[in-house]
Amino acid sequence: MTEPVPGPDEQSSAWRAAECAARESYGKLLALLAVRSNDVAAAEDALADAFAAALSRWPVTGVPSTPDAWLLTAARHRLVDAARHRAAEDRAHAAVAADLEPAITEIAEEGDVPDLRLSLMFACTHPAIDAAVRAPLILQAVLGFDARRIAAAFIQSPDAMAQRLVRAKRKIRDAGIPMHVPDVRVMPERIDAVLDAIYVAFADGWGNPQDTTMERQGLTAEAIRLARLVAGLADREPEPLGLLALLLYIESRRLAHRPPAGGYVPLSSQDTVAWDGALIDEAEEILDRAGAMGRMGRFQLEAAIQSVHVARRRTGTTDWAALVMLYDELLRITTSDVVATNRAVARAAVDGPEAGLADLDRIRAGERVESYQPFWAARAELYSRLGDRAAAQDAYERAIGLASDPDVRRFLMDRSRLAASS
Amino acid sequence: MKYLLLIYGNEKLATSMTPDSMQQMHGAYGAYTKALRDSGKYVAGEALQPTPTATSIRGAGSAAQVIDGPFAETKEQLGGFYMIDAPDLDGAIEWARRCPGTERGTVEVRPIRTIPS
Repeated sequence: MTEPVPGPDEQSSAWRAAECAARESYGKLLALLAVRSNDVAAAEDALADAFAAALSRWPVTGVPSTPDAWLLTAARHRLVDAARHRAAEDRAHAAVAADLEPAITEIAEEGDVPDLRLSLMFACTHPAIDAAVRAPLILQAVLGFDARRIAAAFIQSPDAMAQRLVRAKRKIRDAGIPMHVPDVRVMPERIDAVLDAIYVAFADGWGNPQDTTMERQGLTAEAIRLARLVAGLADREPEPLGLLALLLYIESRRLAHRPPAGGYVPLSSQDTVAWDGALIDEAEEILDRAGAMGRMGRFQLEAAIQSVHVARRRTGTTDWAALVMLYDELLRITTSDVVATNRAVARAAVDGPEAGLADLDRIRAGERVESYQPFWAARAELYSRLGDRAAAQDAYERAIGLASDPDVRRFLMDRSRLAASS
Repeated sequence: MKYLLLIYGNEKLATSMTPDSMQQMHGAYGAYTKALRDSGKYVAGEALQPTPTATSIRGAGSAAQVIDGPFAETKEQLGGFYMIDAPDLDGAIEWARRCPGTERGTVEVRPIRTIPS
């Protein structure tokens, strides 16, 4: 007997239900399957099959009362099948399937999938995993991005990205990388890698607004979602709150920074009316909560720097002396030419362009800044303020040559012309 | 899971060690082995003769070549190993960090692969 063919309405409602379950629960379901099997790839395959089965079954049977438990049961069957097809090496999968049984019963009764996404994220950002693949791996495992979309976001070939993701997942399984939240002893150092990966995803989505492809547009929003998730799950750590605040501060200035009409507006020239006040308020509240925990860290300091900048919306001025102090604190925990360059700019605002240039010269001794565009832009600005036109033009040229963003390039060329004619 | 800890170091430095530091190193390895045994993680462990004693065989049958020397000439050489039992990679790394070999060289952690029977 053949099954009745579902009508278009039933089909679309099943689609919607499956899609909704996918969006809401994908990461949680995958984390549960991956943590129990210690095998991200097998968990992904099993879950993909479960969603495919849902799309063909639900139009016929109707959407089950607990879709998550249904999906997990289907995925569990796939894990067992896969274990049977493979050799004795995968006996573990059968044990895993048995392990999942109580979890499924609980979900069917309580309706809530236990949230193990943080455990999965710690495995994805383990020090034994290539640092360059950690952010992509999180996007795939926790948010369900496919390799093609991740490759587009990180400007790599889809094949190369897919290969790196496969290799990383194989390493998690074969090297026995643990999938659990580390204990308090190592938590602070390990959570940094999770936060770094999220920050990289955000920066990647932010860095190139010219790129209006879907892949990149969603990246900043997804990164903020992940930051919210980690801040909620690791709620005894201040740094996840620091990261979340930092991302919200930056996001609040998106329209002022890159007006819809095009162009690039540096922070100091932005119209504060164009900033998103609600996001700023939320960021301030979150940063306060982090500060109350009494353990300062890199992301909290970065957020505090943003907080000083956005205070301009109320005071109309920027407290550069406070910024110099915050940059000094930041330099004590990270040696970064980017931070040092920003500090020199703040210093120049306090002590004059000569002091700022002297600081920039000291950074230059490190040689890595030779190809860092904002370093040359800062130099050019300070020479121009000193009235040294030749040195300013030289530095502007270096900065323009190093710029990769057309809007930034145009902005620098305008500044350069202005400096030459003043 | 079982893991192999491969201890790499510069042999030349090892041969030029003073009797004092030699003795110190032996003491450190002795204590490390004891700690591994006492915690039930020890599976096996040996020190190797230096690479000038190595002989490599490549190819089979009539194509077999017997070559004087190690598989690869490197700055740091394999000098010994431990096989340990650890719950996961973090557990293995914790023991690798304690290994005296990390002081002057590198300890590589490799999971043991289970061959289906």
